Formats: sequence, structure tokens, C-alpha cells
Amino acid sequence: MSDELKATPKAIAGPSNFLDERLGGASFLKRNMRKIFPDHWSFLLGEIALYSFIILLLTGTFLTLWFKPSMGEVPYDGSYAPLRGVMMSEAYASSLEISFDVRGGLLMRQMHHWAALLFVAGMMVHALRVFFTGAYRKPREINWIIGVLLLTLALAEGLTGYSLPDDLLSGAGLRITEGVAISLPLVGTYITFFLFGGEYPGEDVVSRFYSLHILLIPGIILALVTAHMVLMWVQKHTQMPGKGRDNANVVGAPFYPAFMAKAGAYFLFTLAVVAGLATFTQINPIWLFGPYTPADVSAGSQPDFYMGFLEGALRIMPPWEINLFGTSHAGTLPLSVIIPALVPMGIIMTGLALYPFLERWVTGDHREHHVADRPRNNPHRTSIGMSAITFYGVLWLLGANDEIAANFHISLNWTTYAGRVLIFVAPALAYVITYRMCLGLQRSDQAIISHGVESGVIKRLPHGEFIEVHTPPAEDIEAHMRGKTPVLMLPVAEDPAGIPPKGMRGPLGKLRALMSKAYGGEKIPLDDGHGHGDGHGDGHGHDEDEHAAIGSGNGSAGDDRSITH
Amino acid sequence: MTRITAWRRHPLARYAVLILALALVGMVYAAFVQVGKPADAALAAGKVDDVAEGKSLFIQHCGSCHGMSAQGTGTAPTLIGVGAAAVDFQMSTGRMPAAAPGPQAPRKPPANWVNETTTRQIAAYVQSLGGGPQVPGHEQVDPAMGDAGKGGELFRANCIQCHNWAGAGGALTQGKYAPNLNSSTPTQIYEAMITGPQAMPVFNDTTITPEEKRSMIAYITQVREQRDPGGFGLGRIGPVTEGLVAFVVGIAALVLAAIWITAKKRQKS
Repeated sequence: MSDELKATPKAIAGPSNFLDERLGGASFLKRNMRKIFPDHWSFLLGEIALYSFIILLLTGTFLTLWFKPSMGEVPYDGSYAPLRGVMMSEAYASSLEISFDVRGGLLMRQMHHWAALLFVAGMMVHALRVFFTGAYRKPREINWIIGVLLLTLALAEGLTGYSLPDDLLSGAGLRITEGVAISLPLVGTYITFFLFGGEYPGEDVVSRFYSLHILLIPGIILALVTAHMVLMWVQKHTQMPGKGRDNANVVGAPFYPAFMAKAGAYFLFTLAVVAGLATFTQINPIWLFGPYTPADVSAGSQPDFYMGFLEGALRIMPPWEINLFGTSHAGTLPLSVIIPALVPMGIIMTGLALYPFLERWVTGDHREHHVADRPRNNPHRTSIGMSAITFYGVLWLLGANDEIAANFHISLNWTTYAGRVLIFVAPALAYVITYRMCLGLQRSDQAIISHGVESGVIKRLPHGEFIEVHTPPAEDIEAHMRGKTPVLMLPVAEDPAGIPPKGMRGPLGKLRALMSKAYGGEKIPLDDGHGHGDGHGDGHGHDEDEHAAIGSGNGSAGDDRSITH
Repeated sequence: MTRITAWRRHPLARYAVLILALALVGMVYAAFVQVGKPADAALAAGKVDDVAEGKSLFIQHCGSCHGMSAQGTGTAPTLIGVGAAAVDFQMSTGRMPAAAPGPQAPRKPPANWVNETTTRQIAAYVQSLGGGPQVPGHEQVDPAMGDAGKGGELFRANCIQCHNWAGAGGALTQGKYAPNLNSSTPTQIYEAMITGPQAMPVFNDTTITPEEKRSMIAYITQVREQRDPGGFGLGRIGPVTEGLVAFVVGIAALVLAAIWITAKKRQKS
């Protein structure tokens, strides 16, 4: 190659020198452009949320150019015929204007809404990936908490945005928000009056939510996203276990050019999915809902999917309330609203935020972790995760119980009764099933490590026995499986006098020891497959060069059974 | 020849002739009757034939549940006073005669003996029992003569609690439901409002005037005929199907894309 091809072109060298001499970023860039990113499809899930957020900022800016955050009443005179002449708020009228009279307005509105759904959905699947691989462990707990905050803020951002067009459906959501706020003991009335500027619905809530939705919450989200990315960059991304990967290195492709190209492509994929959905699939058809009046409410009123679990909790809650001193004049504690509004959200969000610390408290694991766990290798964590997903899923499903009843011809009452049982039974079932599945998968790993992979070749031995030839697993697969490390356990063994170790005494200590014993430890050791570990074929009394065995259940001591087997 | 003779002597032949004759009478009647005149005007005009025919049809097809004199039984309510409009609604939508007991009789293709004539005859008979709302005329239900904007406000105030904002229907308690309004004719919508079939309340003419009813019909038919401007309408049932699509289409497509762009050729070991 000639020098001419290797030299930086003048048009690039000139401005970069200019910038470098004044800002001095060259060494920073040189170091960081080669940053290594490990490669796994699930590592891209968080980017769905990131890119959806960028699309949200852009389409949202477009929408602000026409949207009027006012609850002043005007008669509609736009081009949607069935609403002409109807009195409505300026917010709703301007949303209709964006939908029908602004060129590209409906597409932008639909892109904004689809991107919002993908934003939250992307965060959820990303959080699940981080949870199930244990990527929240030291040193990444703070980034995990930032993630939980981001998810909470995204829900608030979704709620405020959903309320802005002031259509009948958003009004129904707002009414529930008001109901939850006013049900809080002591402060409820004050909070409601503060939020709505007086009696519900008042004339302020849309403009207040507008400020929150376009300024405050996205500002905080942007700041937290930045912190999330910087921390990820500084702490480096976790990697899946595999050949040559350990806690001290990162194996993957450099940021520039490989990872940058992939990230760029993935942004375009996200944009394509959002634009494609917005083009072909109608979302939030506000013109069908009509303007909001507190007197009207529609069948099928639902929140967007991420609020569905709260809706479901409200729907299955029995109508309990406590009247203080037996009279509603002295004050009512509406458990039927407070419990569903606060408890599931509290369990899920608090549980998410505290999990890294609870796990460390139970396992006593203070080590740094840069290699991800395979979900099967920490069966209790995976079971807790699946249990939480089931809990959330039952509530979410029950949030749509009217549509389920209407479309699948089931009695609405029975969906509610079933939900009240399932909310307790289903998570427990999910726990047990997941736990057994994890152990089963660990056993299958163990079988592969100790017996090899079924080759599909059946071999007949001289004395008539048939065996299937097993071949050793591919090197990379074996390395991936051998990335398993036992979950740490606290020193819980009692001393000869029967006294538990320090910190494991008292009721809390005993509970901790009990949990540690269950949670930690190696359940199915990879190389200790029921006595198979001492090599295969030797016990059979005939020499084989392949790794051969007669099915995983057959012990090496059982070779004399082989003919009748 | 012999085949025709055999048909002529068939035990059902007399009924066929009777029904043919009735149909002929009906057609002749329909040709003479004024447009917009309620069907039960036949009764007022002294068409007692309809009542008599209706009574025999009623005894054959309806009496087993509603009682031989429409007085009602343990399985079905009395039809005295429900009016011709109720009969026309129930029979033209195929709900009656009911196929099976259940929380609610669903809309279905009408039984093969049900047609405009038999419906009118049974309606005339039921109307003769104790009066009640009558079948509306064409002008009364003409969507073109209604004000959709006004009708939309009334529709939102009175109907969408059960029928959903776009008339897509919704669930009620104990397996009952508000059906979707997509296949209801303007006449059926009007009749439903004045008779309150099944779980539906009655919206009489003092609550909602006939003109307002016509405006509501105008809104319902306009909205259901509208092509969804934003693409596929997802059943018009709101965020439930939207959330489903976000995951089943959106997230699934992006996961596939992620798998695709991070895919590597397996190294041969």
C-alpha cells in the first residue's frame, strides 16, 4: 500500500488538528474509540429504549409546534366531520388538528405513541436481561438503581403524556389518578387540590402536565440516561461466559468501527419498526373517543400497557374500606384504592431497587462480577424473577379482563374471581416450575460436560450391545458452560457445640442463614455426574476411543445390565 | 309429472301453499303500503289476518318459552306490552327464536322460517296483546337526516359505557355483554333504544327524542363506515391490542434484528 493511501486526507486532518489543538480531545478519543464491547443479542435490548427515547424527543418536538396545552372550551371546526360543532378543550382541538389538518401530523403522533410503548417495553426487557444474568451485581448496583429510577420516570412520563390530548380515554385515566391521589390518608385532599388547582378536573391540569411532560421529566430522564451510559462506559459492559473470557478482561469488538456500525444499524432498525407501526397500525385514535367530560366514560377504557398492572390490581381488589369510628364523616380509608394503587407498584419497584443488596446480604458475595450468569446457574434468582413476572403478568392480564370477557365469551365475574386466586397461586407455581427447570437445565449441562453431545451415530459392540457415540462438545460451548460459578453461601455451619456463627443468631440471623443455605451453594456440579466423572468406557471393559455412554441415567457400575437394558 | 304429483301430495305441501299465499299477500301488501308507515299499521288498518297468522306462528315457534298467550313462563318473560318494535328487533337480528338458554341470546342468522312477513305477523300479534313501541319508519331512522355531531355527544353520554366509543361492544356482568353495533341496521338501533332488549335499558322518547335518536344513528353509522385514518384499526378496542402489538410485533421484530446483527459464524472446533 502506498503512503498516499495511508495518510489522512487534508480535509479531515486540517479540521481535526484545529479541534485537537484547542480542545485536546485526541488522546481521549484514541483511548475510547477502541473501547471493547462484548457481543450478544440481548445486550442490544437496552438500546431499544435509548433509540425510542431519541425518536420521542424528535417527534415530541414536532407535536409541540401545534399542540395548545389549554383547557379553554372552543367549538370544533376542523376537518373531522363527526365532531364538527362539538365543544371541546383547545388541547383536544389542537390534537385533532395535528391528526387531520397538519401534514404528516398523524404519522408523527402515531410514531410518538408507538415509540413511547417501545420505550417502556424496551426498558422492561432490558431490565429483565440485566436481572436474569446478574449484571446488576457489584460494581453495577448504582447503575441498576438509575435504571429503576428511569423506569419509574418513564411511567410518570407516559401517564402525563397520555393525559395531554384531553380526550375521553385520557380523561378516564386522569380520573383514576385523581382517585388514587385523593384516597391517600390525611394528605389526599390537599394533594388533589394542589395537582388540579381546585376541584377535579379544573382548568389547569393539562398545562401542568404539559410542563412536566415536555420539560421536567424528559430533562431528568436525559440526565439519568447520560449517567447510565457513562457508568456503563466506565465500568465496561458485562460479557457472557465463554472461551477466554473472565472477570479481568472484555472480549468483543471495538466501539469504532464495529460496535458503532451495529449501534447505528440498530437505531435504524428501531426507527423502521416505529415508523412502520405508525404507518400501518392505528394507535390512540382520539377522534373516536371524543372530548373529555367528567360525566362520560366508555367501555374498554384502558391505560397504555405499562399501567395495565395497576388497572388490573384495581379491578380484582375487593371493595374494602374502613370508616373511622364507624362513620364516613370522620374519614374513610379506601383500601380498595390504596392497596391496588400502591402495593403492587411498591413490591415491584422497591423489590427491583433492593434486589442487588438483598442478594448480597443473603449470599455474602462482595466480589466484583463482570461475567454474566446464565439464568439456570442461579436457580433461586431466576425463580424469583419469573415469579415477579407472573405476579406482574396476572395483574396486567386482569387489567384487560373486560376485553377478555367480551372477546372470549367468559363471564366477567369469573375473570375477577380467577384473578384473586391466581395473583397468589400463579407466582408460587411459577417459582417451583422455574426452579425445577433451572435444575433440569443444569443437569443437561452436566450431562454434556461429562458425557458429550449425542452424535446420532449408533454403534453395535462385539457382544451385541448398542451404544450411541457421544462426541465432546465444541470448545466454545464447553467454555460457555464452564463459566458457571457456584453461588456464594454465608458460613452457616454450626460449630461442634451447636452454636451458629456470629451474625447467624437471633431470628433475623437464623432467617438469613436459612435463606443463604437455600439460595447459595452448588446444586448440580458440572463435573460430578453421578460417578461418571472418572471417565467413560473404562467401566465397560472394552476399549473405545469415542466418549461413549448408554444414556445419562445408566451408571458406570451398571454395565452388566447392558444387554437387557 | 309424477314428481310434481308427489310434491303436491307431500304432507308439507299445504303449509308451503299457505306460506306462498301469505308471502304473496305480504308482497301485494308491501307494494301498497306507504313508505314510513309502521308495520303494525296493518292492525290499525283492520288487517286482522296478520294478527291471526302471527298468533299461529307464535304458538308454533315462541309459545313453548313465552307461554301460549305470551303471558311468560319461568324461562322467558311475558311479551304483553313489549310492542311490535321488540319483536322486530329480536327476530330480525336472529336473537329470537333463541338457540339455547344462556346469559344472553347472541345475534345470529335468523331461522329459515323467519322473514319480513312472519316477523311482521308475529309483531302484529304481540302488538295486539297490549300495545307498546312500534316499528319506526324509514324517515325516523334515516342517518342522512341526523346531526352526527349532536348525536356523538348523546352517544358518548348514553351508550359508550357499555358499547365502547366506537360501538365495538364490551363486557357486562355474569357473561352478559353489550354487542358491537357494526351489523345493526338503523332500524334495529332505533328499536333497541325504545325497547331495551336483554341487559339494555329503555331510552324512551322523553329521555331522548326521536330526532336525537336519529342523530345518534347518524353518528354510529358515520363512525363505523369510516376508514381508519391511522392504518389498521386493531379492533378499535383501545390500548389492549396496542400493547399486544407493541410486544408481539415491535419488540419481537427488534429482538430478531438484534439476533441478526450480532450473529456470528460458529468457529469450527
